[in-house]
Amino acid sequence: MKVKLNKKILSANEEYASQNSRFFTEHRLLCLNMISSPGSGKTSILTRTINELKGKVDIGVIEGDIQTDYDSQRIKATGAAAVQINTEGACHLSAAQVSGAIEKLAVEELAVEELAVEELGLIFIENVGNLVCPAAFELGESAKIVVLSIPEGDDKPAKYPAIFAKSRVLLINKIDMLKGGLKIDFDIERVKADVRRLNKSIEIFQLSAKTGEGFERWCRWLQNQVKNK
Amino acid sequence: MHEMSVAQNLLASISAETANYKAKPVSAKISCGILNAVNDELLLEAFKALSKGTSCEGIKLEIEHKPMQGLCKRCGQKFDIDFSKADCPACGCKDFELLADTPLLLEEIEFETE
Repeated sequence: MKVKLNKKILSANEEYASQNSRFFTEHRLLCLNMISSPGSGKTSILTRTINELKGKVDIGVIEGDIQTDYDSQRIKATGAAAVQINTEGACHLSAAQVSGAIEKLAVEELAVEELAVEELGLIFIENVGNLVCPAAFELGESAKIVVLSIPEGDDKPAKYPAIFAKSRVLLINKIDMLKGGLKIDFDIERVKADVRRLNKSIEIFQLSAKTGEGFERWCRWLQNQVKNK
Repeated sequence: MHEMSVAQNLLASISAETANYKAKPVSAKISCGILNAVNDELLLEAFKALSKGTSCEGIKLEIEHKPMQGLCKRCGQKFDIDFSKADCPACGCKDFELLADTPLLLEEIEFETE
């Protein structure tokens, strides 16, 4: 006996994702899910962004890693609220884990500073470093941000199309490495052309989390997104 | 290796239907889009490992990959996207809209008939 079903396999994840999405909408929060390879500089981009936007936008961060709370400690050192999720081996965050982290952020971390969650303008989710798996799991975010750093090479959008097709923003990080005699072969125009072929409306920012180059435009864009939320 | 999470969800979906129909599953057909990035071998291995000792042990899984489609903004042609080329096969233009990708679907289960 054959039974036709056509049921979504990831429906359990999607239910949590819708619940998270409703929470963000109700509290007028912009939530950005940051995805990249390990070592592209996601946390460094976040700490600099938090510092640049101090007094303008209050930011909360949900950190995802297989092990350690190194990243949430780096975020907390800036004064921002952060919650660490350890996936113990899993290569991506799930919407259920994010749901638990939002509650922890509101109840434990923000309460210490006597801040209500609706006073935040922006929540970043830093996903587990991986360019493939996190793209397949919706977390309820407002948008995905993909980070590509110079030493990874300019062929990555062509090799890993899914995440570049799904993201609202591309941050090209470590652009300071293109200067100063390192002789790295990385063609930014090739990256832009490859990415725009998959995704016409993607916003592209070139940054150096080390020197701060490009952060003015990036932070202005973020502020506008938060304002128009 | 997100195939392990996919396999967990798939096993839960098939087990729920098995309980629902009170019958033993023999095979299941699933489909996915390119953005789900499912590797067949990894998914089959993960499913095999997770289903051991359950009512789903030994069932045959068939996985169909559906291409992503584009809609050409110039000539209106709907086509399967080849990510290595990504232009409209009818008019060659590069200006097209990406249509929604297929979600991971449990399409069909075949149960043993008594």
